[in-house]
Amino acid sequence: MSAGEVKHAGLNLGATDEDAHEQAEPDVFGFWIFLMSDAVIFALLFAIYGTMLGATVGGPTAASAYKIGPTFAETLILLTSSFTFGMASIAMKHGATPRVLLGWLAATLILGVAFLGLELHDFATMTGDGAVPMRSGFLSSFFALVPLHGLHVLAGCLWLVVMMVQVPIFGLDARVKINLLRLGLFWHFLDIVWIAIFSVVYLQGLIR
Amino acid sequence: MTAPQTDLRRGKRHEIRTYVIGYALALALTGAAFAAVHWPSFAAPTTLSIVFGLALIQMIVHLRCFLHVSLGQSSRDDLLLILFSTLIIVLMVAGTIVIIANLHVRMM
Repeated sequence: MSAGEVKHAGLNLGATDEDAHEQAEPDVFGFWIFLMSDAVIFALLFAIYGTMLGATVGGPTAASAYKIGPTFAETLILLTSSFTFGMASIAMKHGATPRVLLGWLAATLILGVAFLGLELHDFATMTGDGAVPMRSGFLSSFFALVPLHGLHVLAGCLWLVVMMVQVPIFGLDARVKINLLRLGLFWHFLDIVWIAIFSVVYLQGLIR
Repeated sequence: MTAPQTDLRRGKRHEIRTYVIGYALALALTGAAFAAVHWPSFAAPTTLSIVFGLALIQMIVHLRCFLHVSLGQSSRDDLLLILFSTLIIVLMVAGTIVIIANLHVRMM
């Protein structure tokens, strides 16, 4: 067993920290099991949304309720936050100063909060236009699927805050490093779910 | 300066490049999908399959470049976990949509 071996999916600590790398294998595997069960929940909500596309009962339709501009902005923000988190992971792995690491984490947090702000503004506009979850099966399935992703992003933001406290207090020990690896997987996973949301929900609804 | 340190530096450069390439590819694919919908130049069903195809490619790019999942270097349990979950998801989603769509057609 060499320390540089790939032990789990995701960024591996490898030879930069051999003890933490050994410990990361079971921890990260457990986290992948959680991510995949979460993926099943999202997939089934997508399936329900797919079956509810036509169930608008005369209320707002996808084409009238969605707007392409804010969706594109949200997509770019979340994608950029995935990149800044990747830079944070690399800073953590290769022993950058805590200031660099915290900087990348703060950038990710700001982008995550900006995403949530835009999304909430979208939902407020929709409900203001009468597109509320009670209106139709279509809107019920929309408000079950998309805000659930938003709640995940909110949880990720809270987790980011916790890590930005843990890094200065505990320093980069094995536990903090593995927590950051797991948060990275979670954050990148949410971006993959968002790809499905903007393609299946927003773009499909907006095609003329 | 010892050999392992040079290796680590090379590894770091390689990892940064992976993220940059992933980010650039993801931006291009996202832009293409939104452009295809914003300036429609095909019939609606064609546009829809273009959007879904681009989404699938982008998911693979994210898995490869951001989550570092690859078929080659890992023959481990977690790859099996991901593939099995994908199978379950495809079965459940496709099954749900086929059955409900079929019921819908019969009831109309």
